[in-house]
Amino acid sequence: MTAGVLRERLLVSAAALGLGAVGLALVLLVLGQDPAAAFRALWNGAFGSWYAMTSATLVRATPLIVLGLGFSLALRAGALNIGMEGQFLVGAIAATWAGLQFGQAAGPLAVPIVFAAALIAGALWVTIPVLLKVRFGVLEVISTLLLNFVAESLVSLMVQGPLQEVKGVYPQSDLVPAATRLPVLPGTRLHLGFVLAILLAFALHATYSRTAWGFRLKAVGASPQAAWISGRIASARMFSVALLLSGALAGLGGGLEISGVTYALFQNLSPGYGFTAIAVALLARGHPLGIILTGLLFGALEAGAGAMQREAGIPAVAVAIVQAAIIVVVLLADVVARRRAALEVLPEPEEQAA
Amino acid sequence: MIKGTPVLELRGITRRFGPVQALRGADFILREGSVHALLGENGAGKTTLMHIAFGMLAPEPGGVIRVGGREVQVRSPRDARALGIGMVHQHFTSVGAMTVGENIALATGRLGRRAGASGTVLTRLREGLDDRDVVETLSVSLRQRLEIVKALEAGAGILLLDEPTAVLAPAEIEELLTLIQRFAAEGGAVVLITHKLDEVFAAADHVTVLRHGAVTLDAPLVGQSHTTLAAAMLGRATGIVRRPGRATARTTEDPVIRFEDATIRPIAHRGPGLQGVNLAVRPGELVGIAAVEGNGQRELMLGLAGLLPLATGRREAQEPVVLVPEDRTTEALIPGFTLTENVVLGSGPAAPWTRGWRIDWAEARRRTATLLTAHDVRAPGPETEARQLSGGNQQKLVLARALESRPSVLLVENPTRGLDLAATAAVHDRLRQASADGIAVVVYSSDLDEVLALGCDRLLVVCRGLVAELPPQTPRAAVGDAMLRGVTPA
Repeated sequence: MTAGVLRERLLVSAAALGLGAVGLALVLLVLGQDPAAAFRALWNGAFGSWYAMTSATLVRATPLIVLGLGFSLALRAGALNIGMEGQFLVGAIAATWAGLQFGQAAGPLAVPIVFAAALIAGALWVTIPVLLKVRFGVLEVISTLLLNFVAESLVSLMVQGPLQEVKGVYPQSDLVPAATRLPVLPGTRLHLGFVLAILLAFALHATYSRTAWGFRLKAVGASPQAAWISGRIASARMFSVALLLSGALAGLGGGLEISGVTYALFQNLSPGYGFTAIAVALLARGHPLGIILTGLLFGALEAGAGAMQREAGIPAVAVAIVQAAIIVVVLLADVVARRRAALEVLPEPEEQAA
Repeated sequence: MIKGTPVLELRGITRRFGPVQALRGADFILREGSVHALLGENGAGKTTLMHIAFGMLAPEPGGVIRVGGREVQVRSPRDARALGIGMVHQHFTSVGAMTVGENIALATGRLGRRAGASGTVLTRLREGLDDRDVVETLSVSLRQRLEIVKALEAGAGILLLDEPTAVLAPAEIEELLTLIQRFAAEGGAVVLITHKLDEVFAAADHVTVLRHGAVTLDAPLVGQSHTTLAAAMLGRATGIVRRPGRATARTTEDPVIRFEDATIRPIAHRGPGLQGVNLAVRPGELVGIAAVEGNGQRELMLGLAGLLPLATGRREAQEPVVLVPEDRTTEALIPGFTLTENVVLGSGPAAPWTRGWRIDWAEARRRTATLLTAHDVRAPGPETEARQLSGGNQQKLVLARALESRPSVLLVENPTRGLDLAATAAVHDRLRQASADGIAVVVYSSDLDEVLALGCDRLLVVCRGLVAELPPQTPRAAVGDAMLRGVTPA
């Protein structure tokens, strides 16, 4: 990416954010609310204090970054994984189960075991769409999306059945043992998972930009036919592997949430992380380091939305206006850029010579 | 045969697509009661001419269209339908998830059947087509029939059929041709685009042949033979030009690629596939393959490249075998990738920028820049996107990439499709040079002239899934005959 392109993208993103804020302000004015108070609450909730920044913004950004990376991985191979919400949930189920089952005995291996369970569960959950796609050509967009509802029901089943707390009162699991919990920055709720998410982003960035595998992934996503005929890449297999890894990452996101934040499984564990992460990834155009930034932005918006509701009495969903405006503006800017690029075909020197 | 009055006249039709002159002042006159065959090689302009008649493309100024003797402007398929012209395209245009009745309603703009003059043919055609059947559950032949029914229900008296038999089995073809003749006998008029001469002799009464966008034959079918039609389609040059002064010493070396009784299933279930082919090519040989589109040559080339599995038989090859595929922008290159990325894509795992599982992009860029200079690819630099290059430069890049990987065997499909004269000459030179350098070069072109112009050492013809070798001095007309009528395998 050249400096010019980067500057243009940052400009577009800033404009999008500004436009979203203006839109939100207008809606609040129409509703007779005080936009200034709302924005103050939003800001304070996201960045107002050390605690808000670490325990609200960064904690929420963590799953968004991990899931956003998962989406970008599938997208790079041309697959649309709309089922990360479900994969996140089954990852959380598996992590809870593994934590309760082996957490005490496993000692220092407890966290790796929990993560492995979450990764495997996420990958298994997306195996169904992969098989449907490879065998019958079922669009992964639909099959992954529909499995989200199944996963939600599965969580309900688990917290009222096999994984319900021993007391049997609430529809939730027991807390996982201390050995399976991630270390926390003292005085905050920020857990080690955030660092892991950042490292993951850098690792994926290096994979995409430096390895042959990352290049093959991109080729399959850009043109399966050319990848097969000229690159001799097994396009269908690459596509499948990318979806499986994407599912595994989403599952890991669920595992991080259990061992880093909630320590237990319950219904409504995810406030739609799996869907917001799609916007996070698209906004960054699938760039892993960009996803860190957009993940932080959306994490801040979600954190601020909570505060806005508490302090200014404005429904948290109002922030969705900002999110939607950002997505629309950025996607539109992309379309414009593509149109413009399509016009830049070089003159043909041989034609004039002939 | 008695001829009716002209119902559709196309006069002086010219059309250009970018650098490609698709039609050069073509005349075409369709008469009432006639089944009129329109012949020509791929890219001769048949489909373009019919798309102009059907209002999908505009002719350039000077072209005149008359329907029923009156000059008309056909600006859209809607105009064409209003004038009583119906077209059946090469690819199905029905909505698979909808019923037969709904598709007919879509085509005609109204519900309910038509009880018109062409009732009898329509009744025959509609046999086996229930209005309530969902289209995607129908067999291929019924779907094809539905396409014709739609045109007739919309009131067409003039039917333009673009290769309607390509997807049908022999018995179905016969039935379709009978119905077409009956439609004409009842006062309709039909244009039949096809590659298959047998069908022309079975069904048509008049024939027009296009070659490079111009009419080379326009006559009643009576008095024509396979040979005269082939000559009109493929041109009149004679013999195969052998390159002068080339040593044949190499023919004593062992083959670098070999097919033994190779059978390959047809791609996408279309055409004959490849049926038990034996072939061996030695280092330095330049082998030309001539074939009419859809006879198994695609399977042959992809199979030789090792990209398709053999159903039976064996492939032996000394790698690397490199393929330069037919379509530059969907198969050879990724248009949105940079030149460097495209070079990396097609260069295999043993490329000099490979560092274990890493790619050294700086090295790849350096090598690509060198490649551009060495092979005269005119581009600002290795970071240019491939789609910004002209077709000729794209093809030079693809060839450069192929040669840079030091192949034992170079397979090339339609190497100069869509290129201008200068670019064509440059590509041909490069292929001859490659064979002189000891690479086994196999070139397929749908244009027989190109195969002959290359000056190949050996000439193969693929027809109906079989491959035959013709002796080097075979007259051109005999080559055309073999391409169209079939061959006895070597």
